[in-house]
Amino acid sequence: MDVPLSWYLVVAAALFCIGLYGALSRRNAIAVLMGVELMLNAVNVNLIAFWRQIEVARLGLSGQVFAMIVITVAAAEAAVGLALAISVFRNRRSVAVEDVDTMKL
Amino acid sequence: MEITVQHVVFIILSAVALVGAIGVVALRNLFRAALALVLSFVGVAGLYVLLEAELLAMVQILVYVGAISILIIFAIMLTRNLMDPEYKAANEQWLGGLLAAAALFGILVFILLQVSWPVQVTDMPPGAIEALGQGLVSPNFYLLPFEVASVLLLVALVGAVIIAREL
Repeated sequence: MDVPLSWYLVVAAALFCIGLYGALSRRNAIAVLMGVELMLNAVNVNLIAFWRQIEVARLGLSGQVFAMIVITVAAAEAAVGLALAISVFRNRRSVAVEDVDTMKL
Repeated sequence: MEITVQHVVFIILSAVALVGAIGVVALRNLFRAALALVLSFVGVAGLYVLLEAELLAMVQILVYVGAISILIIFAIMLTRNLMDPEYKAANEQWLGGLLAAAALFGILVFILLQVSWPVQVTDMPPGAIEALGQGLVSPNFYLLPFEVASVLLLVALVGAVIIAREL
């Protein structure tokens, strides 16, 4: 007996919401990025669960390919985001998101 | 419904992933939060193994546990003025964020448990990883996204170097 699809979906939803809370509530820009990484991971769990339980029977690949593209984009996002955090820290001696307000009216 | 080994393994792996995720958002020390993030990534990789996506599990370990967490830990090391005990980890909108996340979770679970998905569990066909490898470089399937992803990685590499460069 396999694990039901809905279990995976509920775990992924919990992971996504924890990541969302982290991205909304943290002051540190790097911690916000970590929350975004958690959300991307939750999406990947969903993609792979749907792929295994619906698409494999139709000999499809798109779930796995999609998850790989998401991992690639997450890696690019982490590299650029952390470079931004280091650049902001160099200019302002802080990575707290409320200190980066140059573009605020 | 009887409980099998797969269910027990699923519950353990999900607990690892969720405890790690809660650690990421709840630990005040950013370095410990990054280590909790590694724990969460490992739990998710275990879920991939349980879903018989072995290649994805390996990629998850290599890219997330190997590369992204090292990058995050480096960034924490390079920007630390955050280790002092006076520093507040959460901003003043944390309660609103918590309510929004909890409401979203409630809505998602409510909807997910109502939909009947066209689930059709079969055994993995033989040669699934070969098919994935062929599909990624075949012009009839996913060659274009594959190449666009490599261009994206190149752009991100150059962009990260230029942004983080000492001016």
